[in-house]
Amino acid sequence: MSVDSEAMAPPETPWQEFLRIFKKDYQALFGFWVLILLLVTAVAGKAFTEWWVLFDPEVVRLTDKFLPPFSVPSLDSLSVDRPFGGVYLMGTDELGRDVFARMFQGSFVSLSIGFVAVGISLGIGILLGGVAGFYGHVKLGFITIETLIMRFTDAMMCFPTFFLILTAVALLPPSIYTIMIIIGLFSWMGTARFVRAEFLSIREQDYVIAAKALGIPEVRIIFRHMVPNALAPVFVSATIGVASAILTESGLSFLGFGVPPPDATWGNILSDGKGFIFDAPWLFFIPGMAIFVVVLAFNLVGEGLREALNPKLRSR
Amino acid sequence: MTQSSTPLLQVTGLKKYFPVRSGLFSRVSSWVKAVDDITFHVNHGETLGLVGESGCGKTTVGRSILRLMEPTAGEVRFEGEDVLALKPRELRQARRRMQIIFQDPYSSLNPRMTIGAIVSEPLKIHKIAKGQDLQDRVNQLFVKVGLRPEHQSRYPHEFSGGQRQRVGIARALALNPKFIVCDEAVSALDVSIQAQILNLLRDLQEEFHLSYLFITHDLNVVQYLADRIAVMYLGQLAEVAPVEDLFTSPKHPYTQALLSANPVPDPTVVSQRTILSGDVPSPLHPPSGCRFHPRCPEVMDVCKTADPPLITIGLPERGHQVWCHLHS
Repeated sequence: MSVDSEAMAPPETPWQEFLRIFKKDYQALFGFWVLILLLVTAVAGKAFTEWWVLFDPEVVRLTDKFLPPFSVPSLDSLSVDRPFGGVYLMGTDELGRDVFARMFQGSFVSLSIGFVAVGISLGIGILLGGVAGFYGHVKLGFITIETLIMRFTDAMMCFPTFFLILTAVALLPPSIYTIMIIIGLFSWMGTARFVRAEFLSIREQDYVIAAKALGIPEVRIIFRHMVPNALAPVFVSATIGVASAILTESGLSFLGFGVPPPDATWGNILSDGKGFIFDAPWLFFIPGMAIFVVVLAFNLVGEGLREALNPKLRSR
Repeated sequence: MTQSSTPLLQVTGLKKYFPVRSGLFSRVSSWVKAVDDITFHVNHGETLGLVGESGCGKTTVGRSILRLMEPTAGEVRFEGEDVLALKPRELRQARRRMQIIFQDPYSSLNPRMTIGAIVSEPLKIHKIAKGQDLQDRVNQLFVKVGLRPEHQSRYPHEFSGGQRQRVGIARALALNPKFIVCDEAVSALDVSIQAQILNLLRDLQEEFHLSYLFITHDLNVVQYLADRIAVMYLGQLAEVAPVEDLFTSPKHPYTQALLSANPVPDPTVVSQRTILSGDVPSPLHPPSGCRFHPRCPEVMDVCKTADPPLITIGLPERGHQVWCHLHS
């Protein structure tokens, strides 16, 4: 019996391999650092506008309306309403509120909506897609579980999502949580579809059949052998999903159906600014750019993840 | 084959039909008869080679025996126990005694588990060993199949095809099975690696008194490893015989054609090829009578209508059986 004597490269876990490839992708890396920055900003935004109020987004200063970025407030230096640092970094809006403070607060709102909505949609999508892919052949009366779930998915996909969300939001009490849940409930279909597709192909893989032959319980086969191998593409679409959830929320807020005031989100800052496009262009330019950069960053990271996680796309 | 002892595995009348669905309500319109009424046995410590061309149902036979697919009909007795009647809990226990090695060493190992985890998982799940004992057993298995125990924390993609196949063998051996289905276990490997793996399988057979059902399309491989050979054609058996008999005096015209197509590594030997005309018919609409008759060089009228009878060649103890009208 020959013991293999080949010299082997240093051990590399799939995670290390992933990092090595991801690090070479400058666009994705750029996106990644933007997202880290955003994450820090969002948490800081929550902290400094609500817990330790350094920047108060709700202070109305009618004497200071429509000041362009980097303006110095007209209030005297002892006033409690003076912005932190004594300057309006991003100008003020039509009520004299500090746009920087509002953007700061909005970053947390926008990001949390993105993450929670995607979390909800992933949960539903993975569950339904997984069940359809693994137990699809089981009959329920005259149709299979797979037919039931996937035709329901198709039906959901037929609706123009944005208008469906608009309708739902119009009927339900407006709040930030309603928005999160609604967006999540109406965006799981893509995830369900490819989790099913992944499961269908992984179910036939030899290592799953081997696990079955070894008498490994079904639950363990699903969670130990199948889910980890199906998750990479789910992860990719989740990243891009966050971007589209942020975009949807901005769209809703812009139309006035989104997060109700006084909570600031990038969407409603943009919406407030739309009436003053020529007088105060910073009011829509700043939130617009922020949404653009964040959505771009999420998409770049998503693309980078797809490259790094999927060996089939990799050019060796 | 001695009359007194029961074989380790007795397969009787095994059938596996796949439904073909069509139309609006997915009604079953016809059946693909992948395996149609197969009967054979595997003795203790024996290797039965199952040969045949692509798509003749070899793999389906192997997987049906292990109940990785549910056969349509038939009986599988393993150590006298009716495998097809086992309840899920009993089946899980029975799986410890029968294992499988796959063809493709690249898809048969979970890419997200270390090879150590892959080999130790069955031991943990069946609560055979834990802690230091588990570690010792996994180390032993690695040494047995010619892998280094210190490579346990590595992932499958870091290994070559032959090494991965060794991991697959170690996994199959972990539960101390008596019977292993080797489904084209060496077909995906280079010839030099093939030889190593075949020798490994042979050594392990001696050491653990294993029985193999060795599924392959490579006659040289079965000739090296098998004690008896079963030849399959289009879902049915054509001939079963001890290796020597099959290679020296094949009785079924299909076996003869198959053997003549086998490359001989000697350029001076002029081979007498029996070239078959036509293609393998579709198992959707298998020919009536003998399934081989449209391509058989020695076809008779009776072949087209009547199913071929089972003929025993020579002494019954020899176990040379052929399903052919020619010899009746």
